[in-house]
Amino acid sequence: MRGVHFQPTEDQEALRAGVRDLLAGRYGREELRASVDGAGPAGGPVVDRGLWRELGEAGFFALRLPEAEGGVGLGLPEAVLVFEEAGRALLPGPLVATHLAAGVVPGAAAGKAVVTAFDLGGDLVAYLGEADAVLGASGEPPPAGEPVRSVDPLTPLHRVAAYGDVSEYRATGTLLTAALQVGSALRTLELAVRYAAEREQFGQPIGAFQAVKHLCAGMLVRAEVARTAVYAAAVTAAPGEIAAAGLLADEAAVAGARDCLQVYGGMGFTWEADVHLHLKRAWVRAGQWGTAAQAEELLAEELLASGS
Amino acid sequence: MDLTYTEEEQDFRARLRAWLAVVLPGLPARPSPDDWPGRRAYDAGWQRRLYDAGYAGLHWPLDAGGRGATPTQHLIFLEETERAGAPYVGANFVGLLHAGPTIAAEGTAEQRARWLPPVLRGDEVWCQGFSEPDAGSDLASLRTRAVRDGDAYVVTGSKVWTSHAEVADWCELLVRTDPDAPKHRGITWLAMPMDAPGVTVRPLRTLAGSAEFAEVFLDEVRVPVANRVGAENDGWRVTMVTLSFERGTAFVGEVVACRRTLGELARRAKENGSWDDPVLRRRMGRLYGEFGALWRLTQWNVSEAMGVPPVRAKSRTRGSSGGVPGTGGSVFKLAYSHARQELYDTAAQVLGAGSLVLDEEWTLDRLSSLSYTIAAGTSQIQRNIVAERILGLPKGR
Ligand SMILES: Cc1cc2nc3c(=O)[nH]c(=O)nc-3n(C[C@H](O)[C@H](O)[C@H](O)COP(=O)(O)OP(=O)(O)OC[C@H]3O[C@@H](n4cnc5c(N)ncnc54)[C@H](O)[C@@H]3O)c2cc1C
Repeated sequence: MRGVHFQPTEDQEALRAGVRDLLAGRYGREELRASVDGAGPAGGPVVDRGLWRELGEAGFFALRLPEAEGGVGLGLPEAVLVFEEAGRALLPGPLVATHLAAGVVPGAAAGKAVVTAFDLGGDLVAYLGEADAVLGASGEPPPAGEPVRSVDPLTPLHRVAAYGDVSEYRATGTLLTAALQVGSALRTLELAVRYAAEREQFGQPIGAFQAVKHLCAGMLVRAEVARTAVYAAAVTAAPGEIAAAGLLADEAAVAGARDCLQVYGGMGFTWEADVHLHLKRAWVRAGQWGTAAQAEELLAEELLASGS
Repeated sequence: MDLTYTEEEQDFRARLRAWLAVVLPGLPARPSPDDWPGRRAYDAGWQRRLYDAGYAGLHWPLDAGGRGATPTQHLIFLEETERAGAPYVGANFVGLLHAGPTIAAEGTAEQRARWLPPVLRGDEVWCQGFSEPDAGSDLASLRTRAVRDGDAYVVTGSKVWTSHAEVADWCELLVRTDPDAPKHRGITWLAMPMDAPGVTVRPLRTLAGSAEFAEVFLDEVRVPVANRVGAENDGWRVTMVTLSFERGTAFVGEVVACRRTLGELARRAKENGSWDDPVLRRRMGRLYGEFGALWRLTQWNVSEAMGVPPVRAKSRTRGSSGGVPGTGGSVFKLAYSHARQELYDTAAQVLGAGSLVLDEEWTLDRLSSLSYTIAAGTSQIQRNIVAERILGLPKGR
């Protein structure tokens, strides 16, 4: 039977699985915690250049670059699947900006260059100290900035004097960031469900308490709706669908991490549990490539124009 | 991942669209919500037109009198009829979306031949006698008794919240045939004629003021054993087969309707100046995005069901695509019912004090929307289902 085939194809699933395996091998929990410890107040580098190269070789950055230009020649549907995996693994680094820079900034496609972007708004730039280039910057070399302490240990921040324009990358940047958020939302859901099944109080797993169950069910609903929105937006690339995907994914990731934190109880408030890392990253991403207000205004405009 | 339709499907859409453009202008005026006989006649008339044009029971199997359409064609049908502003299933809801599919899946050849054609033609209306005063969310605790007496069951008890009971010809009735068995194993599914002696219907007024549902009292009603679908005491399984039919696509048209309503609301807001309120405007923009995503979710569910029998499709998981299993029904219903209530709360903001006027377009809809988180399984029950059956969390003690 033929018809709308929304589910990923076998090839797409294989691509996703490849990235998941690569990340599980190269950036598992131990590596994640090591990079958190290494980042510290001294501000060691967060981006693992070796892994960046491996990602480049696996086609992570050149995925959508035409084959004629040395890319993989795939599209947004494939891209959101691999970005979802990166979000799940909490992989740090300017993944979206470097991906967008493939074919624009030399070395980006192969993972030889680390490219960040003026994508946070305000006067902040992430990974400036480690970046070879900044997307949206008018000239070389990258602007200098003042380091500030970042809420997310794996997203170092600099304050800069002049800001660049990334509006031409906004839509795709929003979509790929939304895919990262969906990965994170699915991961915090998994963490919460696993913890709820293991941790016992009052003589039973806390997951048997309905209040805990319903938190988890809510996480799933938000994550599934957001994931579907991201996949659909990847297929249509319509500005309204991308804006909606961004809104829903931000909500799924931020609210998901908070609910996960609640399910973890006191353990959720520790540095040791990974939950806070998901929440903090989700906060960073929620404002990336445009604000919720901008997305909602865009949708409102489309709504007004619809069917009239 | 692909959201394009085949040529055949686009053809199907075009023909349907053309037919709707011809037939809709000729429909009679919609009757008032309180005029039940009028509503029944209106809904029956629409169903008859669908039948004559070959659109009745589109996705039902051929041997049940259906057209054997693919889930995608069914989706297109729901999308296009709603977009064109065609009538809802209305009084035919239970016949077309629940009792009918149950009989199609579990009934004998004679039972299908007796009951399905009149449903498809719009000649006979069904209601659903499941809930009881003491059995709501805990449906399996139902107590209406059926005692075998020769070739009939003698049924005594009472049902409640029975939608369309006043105008129904038939009731899909759940009764207890074995009071000693564990509660899920002593239930039987019967087709009860509503005009049988001993059936008393007492309409209940809803908070919207109209009589959408009723109490149904059963006093030694004789129902032929031949009206039993499935085996005695197997009624729970028989019923669950169809609850999954109902969940997949029952709300598809309504998602399309919500997007249309939201568009009308935006234009009203533009007219009365409330569009200038950025908080309200943004809220509407966000809702628009949410309904768009819900539409995509129905496409996802339908796409997942393609080529898989509906019953199995429900329990399928997203498995390989990320590790989190998903079932269409509960996840969708939770998100949708919430979004739709939010829609009418937003409408009230647009209307301002006008939302207190009962004749305002969206006031009655706002009142009706209060049932969405209750009917067909409350949101709490849906969350239990998601947590226990999808996420595998343990049952509480
Ligand atoms: C508009 C409308 C039309 C309807 N039409 C029909 C119809 O045609 N035929 C029919 O048979 N029925 C019909 N119903 C009935 C509907 O299925 C029931 O109302 C519903 O299943 C809830 O049952 P209840 O009303 O007894 O509420 P209860 O089960 O008493 O629930 C009351 C509250 O307790 C909560 N609760 C109950 N159990 C649990 C639990 N285990 N965990 C957490 N919370 C719980 C519920 O979520 C709810 O908030 C209709 C209802 C409405 C509103």
